[in-house]
Amino acid sequence: MSNSSISIQAEVANGTTTVEERVRLFLDEARRQKDLNCFITLFEEKALEQARRVDHKIKAGETTGRLAGLVLAVKDNIVIKDTPTTCGSKILNRFDSPYTATVVERLMAEDAVILGKTNMDEFAMGSSNENSAFGPVKNPHNSDYVPGGSSGGSAVAVAAGLADAALGSDTGGSIRQPASFTGTYGIKPGYGRVSRYGLVAFGSSLDQIGVFASTPAITARVLEVISGHDPRDSTSARVDVPSFSEVIRPDMKGMRIGIPGEYFQKGLDPHIEKSVRAIISEMEKAGATAVPVSLPMTEYAIAIYYIIATAEASSNLSRFDGVRYGLRADEPRDLGDMYARTRSEGFGEEVKRRIMLGTYVLSAGYYDAYYNKAMKVRRLLKEGFDAAFGKCDLILSPTTPTTAFKLGEKTDDPLSMYLQDIYTVSANLAGLSAISIPAGKDERGLPFGIQAQAPSFNEQVLFNCAQFIHNLKLI
Amino acid sequence: MKYEVVIGLEIHAQLSTRTKIFCGCSTAFGAQPNTQVCPVCLGMPGTLPVLNKQVVHNALKMGLATQSHINRRNIFARKNYFYADLPKGYQISQFELPICEHGFLEIPSEGGVKKIGITRIHMEEDAGKSIHDEAFVSKNETLVDLNRCGVPLIEIVSEPDLRGAAEAAAYVSKMRQLVRYLGICDGNMEEGSLRCDANVSLRPFGEKKLGTKTELKNMNSIKNVEKAINYEIKRQADILDDGGEIIQQTLLWDPDKNEARAMRGKEDAHDYRYFPDPDLVEVYIDEKWLDEARKELPELPDKRRQRFMDELGLPAYDAEILTASRDVADYFEQTLAVSGNPKKTSNWVMGEILRLSKEHNLPAGALSITPARLGELILAVEEGEISQSAAKTVFEALVKEDAPVAQMIEKLGLKQISDQGALEKIIDRIIAENPKEAESYRNGKTKLLGFFMGNVMRASQGKADPQKVSTLLREKLSS
Repeated sequence: MSNSSISIQAEVANGTTTVEERVRLFLDEARRQKDLNCFITLFEEKALEQARRVDHKIKAGETTGRLAGLVLAVKDNIVIKDTPTTCGSKILNRFDSPYTATVVERLMAEDAVILGKTNMDEFAMGSSNENSAFGPVKNPHNSDYVPGGSSGGSAVAVAAGLADAALGSDTGGSIRQPASFTGTYGIKPGYGRVSRYGLVAFGSSLDQIGVFASTPAITARVLEVISGHDPRDSTSARVDVPSFSEVIRPDMKGMRIGIPGEYFQKGLDPHIEKSVRAIISEMEKAGATAVPVSLPMTEYAIAIYYIIATAEASSNLSRFDGVRYGLRADEPRDLGDMYARTRSEGFGEEVKRRIMLGTYVLSAGYYDAYYNKAMKVRRLLKEGFDAAFGKCDLILSPTTPTTAFKLGEKTDDPLSMYLQDIYTVSANLAGLSAISIPAGKDERGLPFGIQAQAPSFNEQVLFNCAQFIHNLKLI
Repeated sequence: MKYEVVIGLEIHAQLSTRTKIFCGCSTAFGAQPNTQVCPVCLGMPGTLPVLNKQVVHNALKMGLATQSHINRRNIFARKNYFYADLPKGYQISQFELPICEHGFLEIPSEGGVKKIGITRIHMEEDAGKSIHDEAFVSKNETLVDLNRCGVPLIEIVSEPDLRGAAEAAAYVSKMRQLVRYLGICDGNMEEGSLRCDANVSLRPFGEKKLGTKTELKNMNSIKNVEKAINYEIKRQADILDDGGEIIQQTLLWDPDKNEARAMRGKEDAHDYRYFPDPDLVEVYIDEKWLDEARKELPELPDKRRQRFMDELGLPAYDAEILTASRDVADYFEQTLAVSGNPKKTSNWVMGEILRLSKEHNLPAGALSITPARLGELILAVEEGEISQSAAKTVFEALVKEDAPVAQMIEKLGLKQISDQGALEKIIDRIIAENPKEAESYRNGKTKLLGFFMGNVMRASQGKADPQKVSTLLREKLSS
């Protein structure tokens, strides 16, 4: 049976342990490591109930789903019916979703147990998880440091052993950057691979749900379950989904590895650069060829990303107005006052900053200069990647220019925070698939990742590469 | 009046699709508030729109019927504004590249047929309904009904080609006829499935520059369109006469008080921040799709009216009334197929059928008497089976209970007496009973023929064939 390829599932299948036992251990662990602040909601009873249902199936010898035995955490911007979804924001105070996201339905259908909803930067806006109305998440490698963001809670759930895998969302690096900071695998699949139905939108043309896990195999297994066309999401692709986890081949023979010069410039931590180059030579030793590639639009990527993402966000976040759900300001004078005060009180600083930016770039008289121009550059950037992928199978680079920074270190400097995404935003702008693979630790013991990028729906090559690096046993 | 009136109309037509434009909720009118909603049309966090293709198809038909240019690439855009009945904080609409552009509609006007330009037709979703003024809403409170939210609309924007209230009314009337012919909208203005906003301005004759316009809203019938525009023309003319200036504003027509009032709240210049909706993919209309829509187009009212005149020899008046709605025209043609007599059929349809349809508030096609049955009845009159007056009785009976016409005539005992012998017997008796009148007739008072006709018909209980009676009477009275 294929589930046995993942050892935890094998243990559950052969009765060494039960799912219920595993859930209890995770719940104990979550309580013990409460200070990490990684969950916003824990489903204690519900998770145990789900676990018992799976255990019952196993005992009865029934066929179990592809995720049987695995316990997952879900970022709190993905909705589950009749449970709270906060998006890390005060504005969704006491909001329970009336429906369940497609990805969660797919997890449940394959017998996954959902342990809880993870902390995040408010509406997925941030790179440190300090923008949460529920307080910052701490990096388990050193609690003075940030775990990265915006999917910090999901990354830490996996890194601290509080879940087997976790769903995150990635709009400009929100999975890969925290994966890098926490030493986990984090994949953002190609745009359209996974349904966004039930993911609270930040930048709709950039958002993708992806997976964190501690091994390439589990990452691949969860991704293959949540992938595939969904009639409820017009932007989800009608492309076949391979059984990624079944066919991982850590074989570098004949692989052409693109090395983009633009990603190895000033600002990059020399230790990270050295490690990435070392990994590339390991690949060459194993039969790969390193090919220099050029991605000339890279220098504009951050700028156009912050135009497009904020423009979409300014519109996407209009629905949080206090009329139908969530927070509503007390005793409003009139409708305008209700909107203004609800939104002023409900949104945090970074969200307000981005709504204003986005509103500005879409305004009459500025639309062409900002949004329209950004869309043109976005097309050029995508063409640049198309050209590069004509010469290579994947593009390797660091995931982040540095390892994790200290809590509070960048909160007053949004620009330096935005530069965290310098290597990751392009994959979102071009719709590529990309993964962050644990690649080592710095002298302080803080992890960092190496990023592999591939064309839209070629996640398989990313898993192959991840497995190869995994086998190098760098951490 | 010394001013030229310039009017452009924006018509919103709710498309009569079964489900909403971006979700599977019903579009039926009149349900309990907030019962025809789902997470998608409520704009719940994380939901996404999925386009109902029928909407595109219907808009396409409208474009073809107005001779518009069809844009093959269709992009939906977000129109951003805050309002309590707009759950997402934006309306999904079209901005650049609407589905149709540069069409026209012909309307009857004083100077004959006039071509009114159509700037654009685009698809969009309707918003919900805010309720402030009803008795059950307390002060400082607004209730919101989102059943209408996401009902598909097309917005039809005319060129400022209309030159008066009557033309505007004719345009709306024509447009309503057209959407009904196409079967894409029920055209009901009271229920709001067809809504009309008017941009009205005045300028001195000969002036090229447009005057400052005002926008009139809330005109829920064609009569009110005409009234409201006339009201606004007079209001503007009075201001201009006094040397005043028109303020650009939106006015709400109050049909009870017959006046237009400026809308509550200040009129900010809205910046809707349109941009392409990233949740929806581009829709491409290919040749095949266009062909399908073209094939589904019915014969349009103007063409049909002309054909009724040219080929069926009907008077213009008849043709106009019969083609006013597709349903009646269809009924007429189906009846004609059996009866074979256009004018007689027209009389029946314009008379009895329209009366019944109005009485029962049903389309002709839904009446209990089918066109085939009516055709049979007309044929029975033509063939002398029954008299015209007996036919009315048979008609009423057929409305109540369907049966073959011959059987119904039999049942009612209304078969016309055409038998010479039988008729002669009655006529002889009547002449014998009225010797004085017969004498007078013979002396030249031929007007008395009517007197004898009446008596014979009465005596036969209306079953005598009047034509034959008349011939026989003349013969017998002159001998």
